[in-house]
Amino acid sequence: MAANEKAQSDATIAMEVFRYRPDQDDEATFQLYNVPYRTDWVVLDALNHIKDEIDGTLSYRWSCRMGVCGSCGMMVNGEPKLTCAAFLRDYYPNSIRVEPLNYFPVIRDLVINMDDFLCKLNEVKSWLVPQEEKPVSEGEYRQTPAQLAHYKPFSMCINCMLCYSACPVYGQNPEFIGPAAIALAQRYNLDSRDGAKTEREEVIFSHQGIWECTFVGDCTRVCPKNVDPAGAIQQAKVAATKDWFRSMLVPWGKSGKEKSVTK
Amino acid sequence: MSQDTSRAISKEYIRPMPSNWWLKRKTYFLFMVRELTCVFVGGYALFLLVLATRLHDSEGFAALLKQPVLIALQIIAIPMLLYHSITWLNLTPKVMVLWRGEERVSPTLIAGANYVAWLIVSISITWIVSFFK
Repeated sequence: MAANEKAQSDATIAMEVFRYRPDQDDEATFQLYNVPYRTDWVVLDALNHIKDEIDGTLSYRWSCRMGVCGSCGMMVNGEPKLTCAAFLRDYYPNSIRVEPLNYFPVIRDLVINMDDFLCKLNEVKSWLVPQEEKPVSEGEYRQTPAQLAHYKPFSMCINCMLCYSACPVYGQNPEFIGPAAIALAQRYNLDSRDGAKTEREEVIFSHQGIWECTFVGDCTRVCPKNVDPAGAIQQAKVAATKDWFRSMLVPWGKSGKEKSVTK
Repeated sequence: MSQDTSRAISKEYIRPMPSNWWLKRKTYFLFMVRELTCVFVGGYALFLLVLATRLHDSEGFAALLKQPVLIALQIIAIPMLLYHSITWLNLTPKVMVLWRGEERVSPTLIAGANYVAWLIVSISITWIVSFFK
C-alpha cells in the first residue's frame, strides 16, 4: 500500500488549460501544466493545485466541491462537466484539456460571462408565484406527494449551465431561451401551487422559446442532476400544440390561457 | 460590480462556432444523420404520390416501379426510414408523460406500446392491401 502510494505520488498528468488574459492577450492560448496524479483527485483539485503551487494567475469559478453549487462547470476534453465530479483517473495517462463552457463569452481564463443565462432565468419567472397570496396565519400552501412528483425532477436543476454548453442551437442562436430556463419554467408551471403559467408560457411558447429546439438531446445527456431539459421542452411543445388545437377547433373550448385567467 | 464588468465586457473573448460543429461530437453527428433522413422520408412520400397518379393504369404503374432509379430510391429509403422511425419511437417516452399516482409510467412501456401500435398498423395495412391483389 505504502509503495503504491509512493509510485502514485511520482506520477504526473498533463493539463492543457485555456488561458485568456484580457489585459494582455487578444487571442486565447493553451498553457501546459504538469500536475501530480492522484486517483482520488478531480479536475478541480488539479486546478486548485495549479493555482496554489504553480501559477497563481489562473482564474476559474468554484465553490462547494460536491456537485451542488453548479459553479465549476467547464469543458473537459470537449465535454461539459462539473470539474468537481470529473476524476483524473478517468483520463490518466492521457492529458486533459480544460476550457471555459462553450458558447459563453469568456471574461478571463476559465471564467465565462453568465449574464445572459441569469436574464433568461428572470424572463421565465423561475420562482413560485402563488395563485393567491394568503397571510402566514392561514398556514402553508399544501401539496400531495403526487403533485410534488410531477415537477420534482425539474426542480433538481443547479443552474450549472452545462446544458447550454451542450446545445448547438444555443451556440448558433444566443437568443434561444435554452434548456435549463425552459426546464425551470416547466418546474413552476407543473407546480399545483403556482399561478403564473400564462405569463411564463408567453415567453417559452414564443419563437425564441421551445420552437427553436430541434431535440438534439445533449442537454439531457450532460445534466449532472438528471433534470431532462430535452424532455421538458418536448412536453411544453405538446402542451402548446394541445392549447392551439383547443382554441382553434373546439368552438366552446377555451384556450389554456383564458382558462387559467378565469380560474 | 456592474461598473467593473462594463470595462471587461469590451474585451470579452467570443469563441465562434466552427461550421463543422456537427462533426465534433458523436451525438451531434447522429442528430444530423437523423435530420438528413427526413429528406428520404419526404422523397418517399413524393414517390408514393407519383405512384398514386398511375393507379388507373396498371402497366404504367408496374413500369414505373421497375425503373432502376426508383428501385435505387427504395433501397436507400428503407434503411433511412427505419432509422428515422426507430429513433422517433425511442424518443416517445421523453414526450409522453403518463402518471400512475406518484409513479411515472416506465419509458420502456411507453416506447414498447408505440412499437406495438406501429406493428398493428403495418399489419392492418398489409392485410387490407392483400385484398386488392
